Amino acid sequence: MAKIRGSIVVNAERCKGCEVCMVTCPTGTIAMAKEVNGKGYNYAYPANPDLCIGCANCAMVCPDGVITVYKTKI
Amino acid sequence: MVQVTGIKEIIKPENLVYKKTSIMTKNILSYCPGCGHGTAHRILAEIIDEEGLQSDAIGVSPVGCSVFLYYYLDIDWQEAAHGRAPAVATAIKRLMPEKFVFTYQGDGDLAAIGTAETIHACNRGENILIIFINNGIYGMTGGQMAPTTLPGMKSSTSPYGRDVRTMGNPLKMTDIVATLPGSYYVTRQSVHTAANVKKTKKAIRKAVQYQKLNKGTCLVEIVSNCPSGWKMTPVQSNKWMEENMFPYYPLGDLKTPEE
Amino acid sequence: MEKELRLMKGNEAVAEAAIRAGVDGYFGYPITPQTEIIEYLMEANPAETTGMIVLQAESEVAAINMVYGGAACGKKVMTSSSSPGISLKQEGVSYIAGAELPCLIVNVVRGGPGLGTIQPAQSDYFQSTKGGGHGDYHLIVLAPASVQEMADFVELSFELAFKYRNPVMMLSDGAIGQMMEKVYLSPQKQRSATVPEWATTGKPATRERNIITSLDLDPHRQEVFNEKLLAKYNEIREKEVRFEEFQCEDAEYLLVAYGTSARVCQKAVQISREHGIKVGLLRPITLFPFPSKRISELADQVKGMLSVEMSAGQMVEDVMLAVNGKVPVYHFGRMGGIVTTPEEVVENLKSKFLKG
Repeated sequence: MAKIRGSIVVNAERCKGCEVCMVTCPTGTIAMAKEVNGKGYNYAYPANPDLCIGCANCAMVCPDGVITVYKTKI
Repeated sequence: MVQVTGIKEIIKPENLVYKKTSIMTKNILSYCPGCGHGTAHRILAEIIDEEGLQSDAIGVSPVGCSVFLYYYLDIDWQEAAHGRAPAVATAIKRLMPEKFVFTYQGDGDLAAIGTAETIHACNRGENILIIFINNGIYGMTGGQMAPTTLPGMKSSTSPYGRDVRTMGNPLKMTDIVATLPGSYYVTRQSVHTAANVKKTKKAIRKAVQYQKLNKGTCLVEIVSNCPSGWKMTPVQSNKWMEENMFPYYPLGDLKTPEE
Repeated sequence: MEKELRLMKGNEAVAEAAIRAGVDGYFGYPITPQTEIIEYLMEANPAETTGMIVLQAESEVAAINMVYGGAACGKKVMTSSSSPGISLKQEGVSYIAGAELPCLIVNVVRGGPGLGTIQPAQSDYFQSTKGGGHGDYHLIVLAPASVQEMADFVELSFELAFKYRNPVMMLSDGAIGQMMEKVYLSPQKQRSATVPEWATTGKPATRERNIITSLDLDPHRQEVFNEKLLAKYNEIREKEVRFEEFQCEDAEYLLVAYGTSARVCQKAVQISREHGIKVGLLRPITLFPFPSKRISELADQVKGMLSVEMSAGQMVEDVMLAVNGKVPVYHFGRMGGIVTTPEEVVENLKSKFLKG
């Protein structure tokens, strides 16, 4: 049976580490990196990429619009 | 640009589900991490994009954190004096009625210094959209009390909490505007969850349609957070907002046109 | 085309001239002694004929901000008020100057300070020429002395406003606003379809977005902008001075007066000459830019100057600056809304310069 799989791209340099995407993600895909970006923020990244279903909730709540979302059927 | 990505094989143009609209410029937003302004801007930009309004839109920016709104959306802008945006928008719309004219204002702009301009533009039923970002505090100037600050809420000018005996009660401007015959569509939304983002987008889209029909003033209030002013993390501030702001400023439509 | 001859009040003439000049919008608020302007416009209902918008705003503050919005769209827009209402507008005027927008603000001056009186005065000279609002800017200030000039200066104001992208003030007073005189009115002009390239009209694909603002947090950029404004005002000082001289060729004493005071001083010149005193009158028409150069030249010719103004003495300071100590300069004027008589001017001139 076809399964929906998603993949997000985060512009880590522009992420401000607010964590709202992480909290919004329904599948637990997103976590905050241990490293910081050039501005000193722990940026968001898809820590568990296999869980991503491409719902785009993260992108929708991101105040800085740093997330791009892709989705396909596998 | 440093990017972190999920499964690379899925990242193909034909699989694209969501990308930030090109109506948003490349400028980095000046807002604090987690601030609802950024989300609200983006929703507005998406509507302008989807409805093909770039060459029709004229926005009026406020004084407040979003004073530089004109750096972020690629449309024509006018910067208004504090609170005066509805008056500025009145003239624009009266002189250029075919354009999509809107204001974007904070709680000090709309409900303190701009109270008269807000009420009278709505009372005249000016065919404009007023977007009202209500986070119960004056962010840009460092976290002072706003007309919409909740009773007991601390701010830099109410360090012991808002005392309604000396400082008055929070002012529910949106409720007042909804009582005016000139207002056509008045609603209160938020942008802190994906579901609410979708509802807010729907509300703004409706307001765009109503403006084309010359029906009167539309006011979309967005109850939002101010992590810096409230001295919380973004995630904490959204939770606090749900628990404290929403009971006072309940989400939903206050006035809808008769079907 | 023929001009039309009418008998009208100054306030009415401004309104009628505005319609005929193809003004796009008027935004105002009632205040004595200029309420006839908005009343005339409402009754004339130019929305039906030229499409001109006439709107009674909820306050003078709202009205000036409506002017800002309309001007930023490249439209010919104006407002009018009287002294206390003009004070309310100062924030908006500063923003208009800071955003380099064209517009006309008519001030039909009444006695102040505070709520003052409804009678005519000239006590807003400082407010109009030295500031009014905050920051380094200037209004171009035109001072009509007749109903005809109140009408003619509407077109001139917009011409200057758009030429320099600057607000223009027509500084009238309660006497000229209320009195009735013959006025020749220009024929109806079409409202302009030309859109300045800086105006907000909705961003087409063919240009960058236009942003009308007066804010810049970068001090170096802001200084560059302030210097640009300064250069503009210097150009205005060079090119736009306007004044009228009355019997100055052989004058030994000079009266300097504008508006209603100039009308009074014309008579005072005649009376003085009947008494054998060679007096002339210089009537500034632009208060900014001030006719400093001409007054300085006349200071080489005359023995003294009297600045006649219905105030405690405001323009007299600019006369003194222009004269730069060459000859004595005094002020004379009634206050509280009282209009000076020609006889009073002559008496005062004699007492200041011809004692003993």
